[in-house]
Amino acid sequence: MRIARISEKRETLVQDTVDLTLMEPFIEKYKSTRGNMIPLLQHTQELYGYIPTEAFLKLEKETSLNLSDMYGVASFYAQFRLKPVGKHIIKVCHGTACHVQNATAVTEALEEELHLKDGETTPDNLFTLESVACLGCCSLAPVMMIGDETFAKLGGKQAKDVIRAIREKETGSKCSQ
Amino acid sequence: MGKTKVVVEKTKVIVGLGSCGLAAGAGKVYDAIKKIKEEKGLDFELKKTSCIGMCFREPLVEVIDGTGSYIYGEIDIAKASEILEKHIQNADPIKDYVVQTELFDTKDKNFFEGQVKIALRNCGYIDPESVEEYEAREGYDAIKKIAAKKIQSVDIIQNVLDSGIRGRGGGGFPTGLKWRFAYNNKSDVKYIICNADEGDPGAFMDRSVLEGDPHSVLEGMTIGAYAIQACEGWIYCRAEYPLAIKRLNIAIDQARAKGYLGKNILGIEGFNFDIHIKEGAGAFVCGEETALMASIEGERGMPRKRPPFPAESGLWKRPTNINNVETFANIPWIINHGASEYAKYGTAKSKGTKVFALTGKINNGGLVEVPMGITIKDIIFKLGGGIINNKKFKAVQLGGPSGGCIPDYLADTVVDYDSVNATGAIMGSGGMVVMDETTCMVDMARFFLDFTKKESCGKCTFCRIGTQRMLEILERITKGEGKAGDIDTLIDLSSQIKDSSLCGLGQTAPNPVLTTIKYFRDEYEAHIRDKKCPAKSCKPLLTYEIITDKCTGCMLCKKVCAVSAISGERKMPHFIDQAICTKCGSCYSKCKFEAISLS
Repeated sequence: MRIARISEKRETLVQDTVDLTLMEPFIEKYKSTRGNMIPLLQHTQELYGYIPTEAFLKLEKETSLNLSDMYGVASFYAQFRLKPVGKHIIKVCHGTACHVQNATAVTEALEEELHLKDGETTPDNLFTLESVACLGCCSLAPVMMIGDETFAKLGGKQAKDVIRAIREKETGSKCSQ
Repeated sequence: MGKTKVVVEKTKVIVGLGSCGLAAGAGKVYDAIKKIKEEKGLDFELKKTSCIGMCFREPLVEVIDGTGSYIYGEIDIAKASEILEKHIQNADPIKDYVVQTELFDTKDKNFFEGQVKIALRNCGYIDPESVEEYEAREGYDAIKKIAAKKIQSVDIIQNVLDSGIRGRGGGGFPTGLKWRFAYNNKSDVKYIICNADEGDPGAFMDRSVLEGDPHSVLEGMTIGAYAIQACEGWIYCRAEYPLAIKRLNIAIDQARAKGYLGKNILGIEGFNFDIHIKEGAGAFVCGEETALMASIEGERGMPRKRPPFPAESGLWKRPTNINNVETFANIPWIINHGASEYAKYGTAKSKGTKVFALTGKINNGGLVEVPMGITIKDIIFKLGGGIINNKKFKAVQLGGPSGGCIPDYLADTVVDYDSVNATGAIMGSGGMVVMDETTCMVDMARFFLDFTKKESCGKCTFCRIGTQRMLEILERITKGEGKAGDIDTLIDLSSQIKDSSLCGLGQTAPNPVLTTIKYFRDEYEAHIRDKKCPAKSCKPLLTYEIITDKCTGCMLCKKVCAVSAISGERKMPHFIDQAICTKCGSCYSKCKFEAISLS
């Protein structure tokens, strides 16, 4: 059930300080249009990667939307996140075709590699692991998507290699600084 | 990409840049070709197109020269530069890389035989970002015809009704009838909606149409708007389809600039119509029309009771007509070619063609458009090229989480709404997931229930709690903890959920379970009674072991093992440590010598 997500206990996180003024252009644009709630939340998430509490409060103050409605909508749709995510979001496809071609092995290998469970973020905020319903690349199953790049015909081992390469690049570049 | 032989002055190189092509690396191939073209100063026209349906051979590059069209498959940067050198510079096509041409036979020629492209008529043949290319292939001719001949709304509706087209989203309701209801409800403001919330996992027909031929959908909607007298249209598209949304936005801007959208369209006095895109936010239930409208209104996507039907009171309580992407894409063709031409294809009650997404354990995974009435067997074995690794065909899943499995012995079932419904599955939107002997049907049912359980909006008790209880039972069975009586409980719960749910999601959620019980009851019983999984797929019931006699010590299994459970030296038999093995099956699927046993 979708609304089960509401009862998920929110972790107390050190909230990143977000620049709320960035929201102003689209608040202005959608302020008085009908059915504006979802676009407003989508734009907010586009800015910050998730919807910070402060952003909800700002939307409540500056539009005619109320907080409970917004929270109801944000917790209903799979797209919206209420907590910060890692720099790289790994979306492992679990559509029917990918399931038949053993997508579970991909998720399990990644869970092991990153020491986390599906839906969680690594402590260094580098990776978030997510399962998604269908990325629409069914004939290349099993697939995963990181950023805009899609990786096709994966096994557990290849998936791990992809992650390792990204991590190496990230930590490597940090070292050279 | 052109199938027909065309006389061109300048050689064309066309790269397929649909989502699946891009995933396979077509973007890099395009860049490489562009670079070589500039460096060497080669004289040809480099163009982009979308998906032609041959996903299994992506990335695809088509070369059209004076002799005809050659589609090259599985092209990487190295092959692309080879093609440029041999074919473009030396006029010497590389036959081995060609997957489709009319000039000689290729191994994939069967893929196109038997296909009739109406909805997909332009997909892979035009640059989806060019309105001129759409216009060059009868694009916007239908709406021009309506304007020039002053065809009345009622006549268009009659025409659509005569064509026999039924809702391609899966419902199968006659489109013309739907339009007539919306037309008959008088109101100064009416809406038309295109349902592009393609949520079925394993289906990507709508994505391909939107990415490959967005104008056909816009034109179909405009004709629909003229017919029912709507003034505003919405395309509700999944946010997971960024490329489709991008191309739709481009197409809408072009259509506005050319006067295909706007005020007094093509000089039809008083016909004002514009289209907006609404990005979905990830909820399967929003494919249901009343939930979809709630979502456009900015609410949680929860269905409401019908009647009143949308044709009477829909979006913002105005008369609204909702059709699927594929339905709209067919409309301009029907107006251009006539209802009887369309009705020539198909069976008595299901006319025209249907697009299917072929996926799963099938050799030629991709997109096909076939006339209604073709058998499932022909789709899978003729067009689809049969099962991967020549394994035994077991079943095909139609209709996604709302559909069901059709077993191998019913493969002669013809594809039309009524024949498919008779098996217990549904036509659905066109996802066709093929399964072989290694797919466990109980696990399949569990997979779909897991999906519908998560996607239930929670409004109806039976859907909310019933799917949860069914999932719990199926999870127990696949773990080897099934109990006598479980099957009866599943059937009982199924009928209660079907009877007590408001919308299609709940009413159809038990279908995957019911059809698998109907056709594969013995598999359920093996899990429950013998604690065995006949397909050798349910992990807790399996052990992987290496057969020492057969193991050549090639080390492949050791390499693919993600948890390093396999040990052994080169050319010596390997060994699996059962304590570490996670039973992922990677080694089993990779072993070339059948040296890994499952028990």
